[in-house]
Amino acid sequence: MATGGVEVPRLAGGPAGWLSVIIPAVLFAWFAQFLPAVADGQTPLIGIDWVPSLDIRLEMLLDGLSLTFALLITGIGTLVTLYSTKYLGNHPEYPRFVLYLMIFMVGMLGLVLADNLIALFVFWEVTTISSYLLIGFTSDSAKSRRSALQALLLTGTGGLALLAGMIMLGSAAGTFSLMEIRGMGDAIRDHEYYIPILILFLAGAFTKSAQFPFHFWLPNAMAAPTPVSAYLHSATMVKGGVYLMARMNPTLGGTEPWFWALVIAGGFTTVFASVLAIRQTDIKQVLAYTTLMALGALTLFIGAGSSHAIKAAMLFLVVHSLYKAALFLMIGIVDHETGTREVADLRGLARKMPITFLAGALAAISMAGIPPFFGFIGKEFLYKAGLEADVAGLWITGCIFAASVLMFMAAGISVARPFLGRVPERFADVHEGPTPMWIGPFLLGALSLFFGIYSDIPEFWLVGPATDAVYGSDVSVDLYLFREVNDAFILSMITFAVGFVLYLGHGRIRNALGRIITANPIKFDPGWDRTLDGLKVLAGWQTNLLQSGILQRYIFIIFATLAIGVGVTIYLQDALNFRMDIAAELDGLLFKHWAILTFITAGAILTALTGSRMVAIVALGVVGIGVALLFIIFSAPDVAITQLLVETLVVVLVAVAMLKLPHLGVRTDESNRPVHAMLSISVGVITTLVLVAVLQSDLDLRLTEYFGETSWSEAFGRNIVNVILVDFRALDTFGEIAVVVVAALSAYALLRGTRYGSIRDEGEEK
Amino acid sequence: MELLVAIMVGVLVAASVHLMLARNVLRFLFGLVLISNAANLTIFVAGRLTPESPPLIPYDADVPVADVANALPQALVLTAIVIGFGLFAFALTLVYRTYQNLGTLNSDEMRLAEPEDDTHVAAENKTYIAREAGQ
Repeated sequence: MATGGVEVPRLAGGPAGWLSVIIPAVLFAWFAQFLPAVADGQTPLIGIDWVPSLDIRLEMLLDGLSLTFALLITGIGTLVTLYSTKYLGNHPEYPRFVLYLMIFMVGMLGLVLADNLIALFVFWEVTTISSYLLIGFTSDSAKSRRSALQALLLTGTGGLALLAGMIMLGSAAGTFSLMEIRGMGDAIRDHEYYIPILILFLAGAFTKSAQFPFHFWLPNAMAAPTPVSAYLHSATMVKGGVYLMARMNPTLGGTEPWFWALVIAGGFTTVFASVLAIRQTDIKQVLAYTTLMALGALTLFIGAGSSHAIKAAMLFLVVHSLYKAALFLMIGIVDHETGTREVADLRGLARKMPITFLAGALAAISMAGIPPFFGFIGKEFLYKAGLEADVAGLWITGCIFAASVLMFMAAGISVARPFLGRVPERFADVHEGPTPMWIGPFLLGALSLFFGIYSDIPEFWLVGPATDAVYGSDVSVDLYLFREVNDAFILSMITFAVGFVLYLGHGRIRNALGRIITANPIKFDPGWDRTLDGLKVLAGWQTNLLQSGILQRYIFIIFATLAIGVGVTIYLQDALNFRMDIAAELDGLLFKHWAILTFITAGAILTALTGSRMVAIVALGVVGIGVALLFIIFSAPDVAITQLLVETLVVVLVAVAMLKLPHLGVRTDESNRPVHAMLSISVGVITTLVLVAVLQSDLDLRLTEYFGETSWSEAFGRNIVNVILVDFRALDTFGEIAVVVVAALSAYALLRGTRYGSIRDEGEEK
Repeated sequence: MELLVAIMVGVLVAASVHLMLARNVLRFLFGLVLISNAANLTIFVAGRLTPESPPLIPYDADVPVADVANALPQALVLTAIVIGFGLFAFALTLVYRTYQNLGTLNSDEMRLAEPEDDTHVAAENKTYIAREAGQ
């Protein structure tokens, strides 16, 4: 539990707490009113224009799938926030916690309701960020911070991949509306972008729903307070990826790559996670890994894609959300009252906490899949779908059988172990948790039983419509507890038998597993750290290379980039076909032309090479005057006047500054000289080449002509250059004046200086 | 003529890059002046050179008589010259002031903001990372 800071006594969490319960409860009621319409096969669509210019509308798509999710989010949300008022209600940072939780709820609702792909992405990221904030809620613990960052980076990277996939899908389909895309399945599956789209979407879904090999962030995310684990990392957020796959099933599903990617990743995750679940000693970690198992199973069955498989997946989705949230909340109560979650320590709590035990037992029996609970129906339908699968039926059935056996065992470890048996001495004073805390798990556990007995209710209102939405056409959903002794039923009986035997020996199995896992050299979590360290080293190396703090090197890099970039482009674009007529170019050149060109060139070279500052100033002046003369000869009197004025000022200013500055001296960077000379010459040559390429191409004179035609008729000026400056492009000129003013003010400030600004002055004073 | 000016601009650019690569910031300033001249000439010559017919509209006409010089690059260059001068003037005062305060014109020796001996910062970072990893 969160530590640090002073407890603030609040009545049921204070106003923040009351609001956090009322809001999801009201939303739950609001969504519930759509149940009849959705069960009737309608899809109400409520929307507003958001970014019309980008064709992004904020539309709510309410079909069976999104409504099921919305009810789970708001329903479990109500119970979890109610629970939090006691669990964290006196925590100094409780209002912040509630804020994050509400942000998450809005994001998650948006995710499942959005009709527009881009909107879906935005909400997807909202859940990622709020998950980061909630995992890192106890920010004074380094472990929390690390887990939070890991979850953020992994799911955030997946989110970026998803965005790329969505943009590709949007361009392939020509629309970002899920409703419209849903009808285009065949066109999308045949599109050339199909495979990239699929990979990017699955990258997003697999990271979010923690499929192998991205599974390791989810158990670490259990650093969050227990209500968060129950809500985000079990019932809702981690099912975001499952939601995405389910939503995309009519569009992207049904192909070989889709089938195998989902079936293999899902099947592997489900077995792998259940094995790891048995290995844990912290009950919250056991539950975390069984959540992974459930996510894997959902992925597996969405991938399998038959109507039976989809039906089983949707059913299991509801089943799992009910029992798993209840179990997380239960272990939270145990932790709250006893201060430990270790399997080895907890014993005989049933007597001390009877209601919590009842709630946990209801949920655990559902998880173990024992009739007449909802979990039994869920497992039966998973088996049935696996046995009836045309392709890879053995793999699917095998995976789900192994996982179910281990689930049975995990259910025993999480509830039977801590609650049954004799009460140890240290728990003598332990008592039942407060009412707001046990209401949630008790209700959820009871629902698991109720839905099992009256399976018509979830069938008609939730599972049926959701299956229709995911499968893309109507599927008859008929949930029942028991009809006949068939293969699935026999498999269930075997599951119980094997599971029970394994549960009896679970201590030894855990130790054996521990030894195997310790021996396994491939570890994902430390691997993650090494990857991050590697990234830091790379960033450090790159920064040291580029950000040396040496001006000379910066300039070198800038010009070298220019030379290489432009040079390579010229080469690749083959822009170097010289077709100027040299004779025509030289024709009509007079002495004055040659003289000016010679003076400028000589002046530039002299400035570059001289060691005397007087020579450099004079040479600079020659270049400046030469350029002014060029302007005069080639019909630019206004420019020439300005150039003359400015050049004179430059020379005067430099000369004045020289009075206070030292001599130039010889260039000290001898070792780099050849390299610098080469770079200078390359940049010069490339500039000439670009200019020649420009001069060879056609000149677009439309603007010039426009200015010429309108200069007198519209702006009443006969000097076109002046009219452009003060009229057509007056704002540019205004900006130019502003620049000069700023430069003058800054120069004044620099010259005036500050009394304490000078280091040398300080030195002299001492 | 355009070709020759293009070649000359190349020389100007080469000279200014060479100057800007120097450690002495005064040389860098000279390079700055040269390269703004080169840039102005580039814009000017890209609009083509037209001898002896400035872009003016005679008193008896509403539009310029045929084949006056291209007015647009001239307007752009005019702006560029003035801004270039503003930049230069500011840079010059900066160099002057820097020399007053630091007593050097060598850019490598100007390390007031990033002292060369910042190894203690690196060491601190290393202990911090080690401590984080330990937890």
